[in-house]
Amino acid sequence: MKLKTVVGLLDAKVLGSSYDDNKEVLAACGSDLMSDVLAFVKDQALLLTGLVNSQVVRTAEMMDMKAIVFVRGKVPGDDIVSLADEAGIAVLSTQLPLYISCGKLYCEGLYK
Amino acid sequence: MSSFKVQYTVDGEDFSIAGDASRKLKKVLQNLGVAPQIIRKATVAMYEGEINMVIHADGGVIDVEITPEKIHIFLRDKGPGIPNVSLAMTEGYSTASDNVRELGFGAGMGLPNMQKYTDYMNITTEVGVGTTIEMIVNTAV
Repeated sequence: MKLKTVVGLLDAKVLGSSYDDNKEVLAACGSDLMSDVLAFVKDQALLLTGLVNSQVVRTAEMMDMKAIVFVRGKVPGDDIVSLADEAGIAVLSTQLPLYISCGKLYCEGLYK
Repeated sequence: MSSFKVQYTVDGEDFSIAGDASRKLKKVLQNLGVAPQIIRKATVAMYEGEINMVIHADGGVIDVEITPEKIHIFLRDKGPGIPNVSLAMTEGYSTASDNVRELGFGAGMGLPNMQKYTDYMNITTEVGVGTTIEMIVNTAV
């Protein structure tokens, strides 16, 4: 699924400079527990979380994830967005809760 | 590629920069041309160890030796030690504070994840003295 589709489905706001309409994600993981995320092994994955701190970006970076969606209206600070930009990770923010966000993406075929 | 060694000091005072050493190792491994899936295994295992060092042991030192065959990681701290290693290896078991859990860690997956991503792991620990964790990730894909 292209990030452009993710943005549309979640009515998400794009933050930072690593976003690319055509960047593709093949799997998604929704969690506020980073250790659970670190146990999730999929290529070109998208992380959805309501947790906002620098370790979210570190975790995504270690897992080679392509994008992070901050749910429930959470907007990360500039320091966190900069860290993601350095790692080439796109950052999105949606007002939707985690469950609904995951459900929308799943229903549209992001369930590898 | 001949043997390559790096050492990182982990600051136990600042949780926001925890993971910096693992991030640096990732760049080193990328520059050495190590396969991406091997890099992921090594850096995720080290990242979990690094987080544990900050949460439980007030920091420590990480030594990494990279050879054509393997990535050899030693995590050494002078923290409280692990009283019961087999219990600590149980998924879901954690002694982390609520404050740490609010930051997204302390779910009791750290040590199990480290074992999952490595080809060899050995824990040497003494209560009141500290802990050394040795991990090996084979570089053959």
